[in-house]
Amino acid sequence: MQRIYLDHNATTPLRREVRERMLPFYGELFGNPSSAHSFGQEVKVHLDEARSRIADQLGASPNEIVFTSGGTESDNTALKGVAFAARKGHIVTTMIEHPAVMQSASYLAKKGFDVTYVPVASDGVVDPEEIRKALRPDTILVSVMHVNNEVGTIQPIREISAITREAGVSFHTDAVQSFGKLPTKVDDLGVDMLSLAGHKIYGPKGIGALYIRKGTRIDPLIIGGAQEKRRRSGTENVAGAVGLGEAVFLSETEREDVFRRLTTFRKRLVETLTEKIEDIVINGGPDRMFPSTISLSVSRVEGESMLLSLDMEGVAVSTGSACSSGSLEPSHVLVAMGIDTVLAQGTLRISMGRGTTREEIEFFLDIFPSIVGRLRAMSPLGARWSEQYNQAK
Amino acid sequence: MYSEKVMDHFRNPRNVGEIKGADGVGEVGNPTCGDIMKIYLKVKDNAIEDIKFQTFGCGSAIATSSMVTEMVMGKSLDEAESVTNKAVAEALDGLPPIKMHCSNLAADALHAAIKDYREKHGK
Repeated sequence: MQRIYLDHNATTPLRREVRERMLPFYGELFGNPSSAHSFGQEVKVHLDEARSRIADQLGASPNEIVFTSGGTESDNTALKGVAFAARKGHIVTTMIEHPAVMQSASYLAKKGFDVTYVPVASDGVVDPEEIRKALRPDTILVSVMHVNNEVGTIQPIREISAITREAGVSFHTDAVQSFGKLPTKVDDLGVDMLSLAGHKIYGPKGIGALYIRKGTRIDPLIIGGAQEKRRRSGTENVAGAVGLGEAVFLSETEREDVFRRLTTFRKRLVETLTEKIEDIVINGGPDRMFPSTISLSVSRVEGESMLLSLDMEGVAVSTGSACSSGSLEPSHVLVAMGIDTVLAQGTLRISMGRGTTREEIEFFLDIFPSIVGRLRAMSPLGARWSEQYNQAK
Repeated sequence: MYSEKVMDHFRNPRNVGEIKGADGVGEVGNPTCGDIMKIYLKVKDNAIEDIKFQTFGCGSAIATSSMVTEMVMGKSLDEAESVTNKAVAEALDGLPPIKMHCSNLAADALHAAIKDYREKHGK
């Protein structure tokens, strides 16, 4: 049976070139980059090169790049670091952020900071004016993700940063889904901090980075050895950083080609699915959509059942339904977009990657309608639930 | 995540469907939190002559619905009433803990169908 991976927003396969670039750091290049002797210094050269590669991609200075353990740590550092440095104040974020931001914000709220969660429109996009309205004289930070990981909406970061600049408030974006796939020059975006992760761009897991614009006040979460210019102590994950640098370099060389190809696949998927399956909603958009991601809600069918059925055919996707996540609530992103809760239970996320082929898309389109038909035949939710679909539509 | 038995019942659910003119019908769950199960009974001589189910839910919800119908087919109503959600999960070689709470409602649906039968038939 062929295996088709359509869950690239969860993680991506490590590229062969990246793995090969990393291997020496699990062998002969074992020195600690903080050591002054030659073992350490020959490794430090590679760490610095990786930092420069990431800085180049962002249009930043290498001094502004801090290696972390991944996107979650980067997000935690951005929110808690700014908050701890300020000691008190108000934070603005949105209702569709990744849990790494949402839970950092709620943690800070418990510690005495005020947090405003800005809603999104039904298309899943944040209105910059809502951010402006949320700002207060004591606002210390705004955090809005670049691309939503569940539905693929691209947020108006430039417009928001114009507002935060004017107000003199630090602005962080979680660019874990967009980095290496969309242009992410920090000056173009206007951000003061940007989170990224290696494993979303065919690099290794357990490595990420936080861009911190020079002059941004931030307290470190991890202290001890003064590495990363005291902003994140601990001996660096050199192999991971080198892998991340290589993955960044490679992603940039093919970014536009992949974007174009996946845009075509997305169009094909949306058109065919809406034609072949009754009562289906494509979440988000249609404007400002990331080409590799499709979130779809199918009336009268539950998400995990679709996921398992697809898996039995060798196709891996993800679901936004409650039962899969171990919670009884549907995805907070779908709820924030106003998707009916019953319809939200029947949500799948298809996320394509650089290796996705037209044949794989066609195979998915061949089998998915019959899976929906089989599960619907088993469902007690009949015509009365079509009303929910019509409302959502 | 799921045992082989759960996947077998998900893949090949037994007794799916609706019984027209059923003697008892039970529906439990709430689609808002992801699962709803409906059980139809045909009863003869105080025993389950036929049983079918319809389920909206996750893999575990479908598998538990299927398993409960197998467990009670041909059994007396009293025997069927003694089947618990825990027994259904055990018959499937276990379920993940969260699924016990949110998707193993199959015995509840069966009990609701038996109750409906008893109320309708005064038994």
